[in-house]
Amino acid sequence: MLPGSFEDLAMPLFDRLYNFAHWLTQDRAEAEDLVQETYAKALKGFRSFEPGTNFRAWIYQILRNTFLTSRTGLKAANSVSLDDEGAAENLAVARGTPESILLQRSDQQLVQDALAQIAMPFREVLLLCEFEEMSYQEISVALSVPVGTVMSRLSRARRALREKVQELRKN
Amino acid sequence: MACDNWMDKLDAYMDGELSAAEARALNEHVKQCASCGAEALRRVQQKRMVQAAALKFKPDAAFRARIRKQIGSPDRTHWMARWVPVLVAVAAAFLIAAFMITSQRSRGNEQQLLSELVDQHVASLASATPVDVISTDRHTVKPWFAGRIPFSFDLPDLQNTPFTLIGGRVAYLQQSPGAELIFRVRLHQISVFIFQERTALHGNGKEGVRTDLSFQVNSWDRDGLRYFVIGDAGSSDIERLSKLMQAAE
Repeated sequence: MLPGSFEDLAMPLFDRLYNFAHWLTQDRAEAEDLVQETYAKALKGFRSFEPGTNFRAWIYQILRNTFLTSRTGLKAANSVSLDDEGAAENLAVARGTPESILLQRSDQQLVQDALAQIAMPFREVLLLCEFEEMSYQEISVALSVPVGTVMSRLSRARRALREKVQELRKN
Repeated sequence: MACDNWMDKLDAYMDGELSAAEARALNEHVKQCASCGAEALRRVQQKRMVQAAALKFKPDAAFRARIRKQIGSPDRTHWMARWVPVLVAVAAAFLIAAFMITSQRSRGNEQQLLSELVDQHVASLASATPVDVISTDRHTVKPWFAGRIPFSFDLPDLQNTPFTLIGGRVAYLQQSPGAELIFRVRLHQISVFIFQERTALHGNGKEGVRTDLSFQVNSWDRDGLRYFVIGDAGSSDIERLSKLMQAAE
């Protein structure tokens, strides 16, 4: 007997999956298509899903892979070079002056704009870590990359966001 | 700079990915180092801001309903597990019932055919001219049927047997022409009907003399033809004539 039906596992994630899809596609209709296709694929592949393994990481992986094969996804994936990800990058560069970059609560719109404008691979890793609060291991499943890559990409994403916020604030 | 090592671990620290021992050590350092403390605060703030800002898009109710419907048929596996045995049982019962009805109908059909043939046999008995070709010679009777029926058959040599061929005529069964051959054994008259084998005429494969409406009847299939031997003679006579017919060349 399965521990839970597909609906029991998948519907609680619906709002967050949609939110994530909308951040990736930046478009309501495309986000809906993406979520719908994700659910269809996941339902179809549910038999192959091993109970006890991470359903959330699995369905996010499906959503992301589906997105990457879409036209918008292909374009977004090529928007940033990830070539140096394997290298032992200095994770703490560009620290800046703490006072000048402290964010205020009123900066929420600014952060949203910055999130929307940074490259898709940075945006998605930030969302999975900060918003979905996934572990590095879960993120590595969802993004299909090693944990080391998750760490370096996360570091670069945080820096990119910080720089984007500064840039937007200046303007 | 010694702090670089700690800075490298700040993200993992915030994300809860450090071991308990490492986290304790970094915590101690941050308390004492203003630079690392400020950086840790900045990163935590950014993390919280992203967390708050990320929840921006809400699906509308119609879309939610659509997805729910899409994955709806809740718990497909369980539903199947529950209903498949029932469906199988219902299907099996239906098949059995259909088989019974078909086989009864088939038996009914055969019974009807036999009755029809017995009727024709009785009509031959009652008729003043029971045969259209009167001949005791099988070499006369067989060619007579050529062109009258759509098949040919062999007649046995009756020498040294108690049977005499009287003649033959064209018979009809379900609008299909066939041969009726009339034999005599002592005072009894026996009809042998030969028709092309068709679905309606297909027997149950069992051979053997049986009694039908107080007549002895035997039937068999051979080379696409269906044979019926009907008469009021004893079953041994019916059986013997049947064997002679079967051995005919």
